[in-house]
Amino acid sequence: MEEALVVLDHVSFQYEGQEGYALKDVSFEIREGEWVAIVGHNGSGKSTLAKLLNGLQFPMKGKIKVSGIESTEETVWEIRKKIGMVFQNPDNQFVGTTVQDDVAFGLENNGIPREIMVRRVKEALEKVNMYQFLNQEPHHLSGGQKQRVAIAGILALRPEIIILDEATSMLDPRGREEVLQTIRELKDTERLTVISITHDLEEAAKADRILVMNRGQLYREGTPEQIFQMDEELIELGLDIPFPVKLSKALRKRGLPVPKYFLSEEELVKELWTSHCNK
Amino acid sequence: MDISLQQVEYRYQADTPFERLAIQDVSIDIPSGTYLAIIGHTGSGKSTVLQHLNALLKPTGGKVIIGDREISRNNKEKRLRDIRQKVGIVFQFPEHQLFEETVEKDICFGPMNFGVSEEEAKKRARQAIKQVGLPENILGKSPFDLSGGQMRRAAIAGVLAMEPEVIVLDEPTAGLDPRGRKEIMEMFHRLHRERNLTTVLVTHSMEDAARYADQIVIMHKGNVFKKGSPEEIFSSPEGLIKLGLDVPEIVRFQLKIEQTFQTKLGKTFLSMEELTEAIARLLKRGNPV
Repeated sequence: MEEALVVLDHVSFQYEGQEGYALKDVSFEIREGEWVAIVGHNGSGKSTLAKLLNGLQFPMKGKIKVSGIESTEETVWEIRKKIGMVFQNPDNQFVGTTVQDDVAFGLENNGIPREIMVRRVKEALEKVNMYQFLNQEPHHLSGGQKQRVAIAGILALRPEIIILDEATSMLDPRGREEVLQTIRELKDTERLTVISITHDLEEAAKADRILVMNRGQLYREGTPEQIFQMDEELIELGLDIPFPVKLSKALRKRGLPVPKYFLSEEELVKELWTSHCNK
Repeated sequence: MDISLQQVEYRYQADTPFERLAIQDVSIDIPSGTYLAIIGHTGSGKSTVLQHLNALLKPTGGKVIIGDREISRNNKEKRLRDIRQKVGIVFQFPEHQLFEETVEKDICFGPMNFGVSEEEAKKRARQAIKQVGLPENILGKSPFDLSGGQMRRAAIAGVLAMEPEVIVLDEPTAGLDPRGRKEIMEMFHRLHRERNLTTVLVTHSMEDAARYADQIVIMHKGNVFKKGSPEEIFSSPEGLIKLGLDVPEIVRFQLKIEQTFQTKLGKTFLSMEELTEAIARLLKRGNPV
């Protein structure tokens, strides 16, 4: 069987001067082309995971492999080429004075020749629908637009994996939808693997798979369907249940014919309508 | 303390080539004891309104009445200190403003800056830390040794220690996990009732606005688009959706049900129990076709 794109094998990590492990014996795999959401309470180890994946830190025990390469200080640059990260605050990651300078920044750092750079900047901005803003300065952009520029900067470097570290948490609902829509499209057209670290359960519900972190350990993994059956257990973990699941549950408790906990509002409405018509 | 914005206009960098109109003709009444939510997109003017509530900005047109004080363009108001003491603002990511060696010193900084004695400030710090749900022994720790959620609470305690009458919250739960979000919102709701505060919540979350506020103002492109009670605001959700704003999940679901069943459920429901009941009634009626 083909090896997974990302492999964590019994990984533990501890920050200097801190008691206890930030990550403890974490193992999982992520396959090429998957969208995996990582959820967990503040301090559950989600962000530490992101840092380890990107080689900002290295495991103290166990190992991490990205496309077959083990992450060490020697291989870190090779691994970082494969992974692009979008961070939480749109204002902290805008380095250029204009949109195109910002996208070109990473390419320039990698010594890409100018002609290729110009082409890649254009392509990347077109992919996130920001080409018309080429010469705009960052303060003229909304949060969602800035995050899309950040994504373009990553795309221009042609990574295999994109990590969203709470990349939508500071955006308003419209900005959040813009960014997620962009990522969804790119995942298919660019064959990207997406790892999304998030508190937004509606967003997690749309992932292929969810990893639930709790106190530095991998608590559970499964499809959104499986994870949200955990129900009250999720609340005990400091998380929440998506609205359609909550409502399914309330309706069922009220004695209405709701056969399962639905993950989307559309499905639930359809179920209610069908049961209504079959009376 | 009542606050009232009357036809307020604000231009950034007024009378320069960089002038930009941020808000226009904004009138909002905030009677003492109100829990008001202000909602709008990034760039809708929410933050500009917020900064008028304790005279951080002076309107370029219209006036702001804060208690018995009037803030307007030509009014050379001095001594804004007591306004700032009575109206406390919790800015976004308030933990970024922690700076002292210990949590206690950090909380005492504000009150002492306003002339409160050290002894009194320390007493207030002990009260405030309890009010935000942290153990008293945290006062001796460095704020930078706390977890993210604790840092946020410590920073909020710093505002509470000023004993404000009005508390203004700018996205107080940004970046917190669902439990943290709920705890912080419940905490402010409790403080609102127990201390008879006036609370102004600036938020993206329609859920929070619907759950906690008695009045809601929707800002759009620098103007007040709509204001009223949650029931009034969400009884015609289509207008909000057109602006690209969210409506509470419950309201959105009710719309979907009404569209699919081609019927109206009567009023707009804002609680899960009410909506569940309404759906149960609808299904009991049998096939309407």
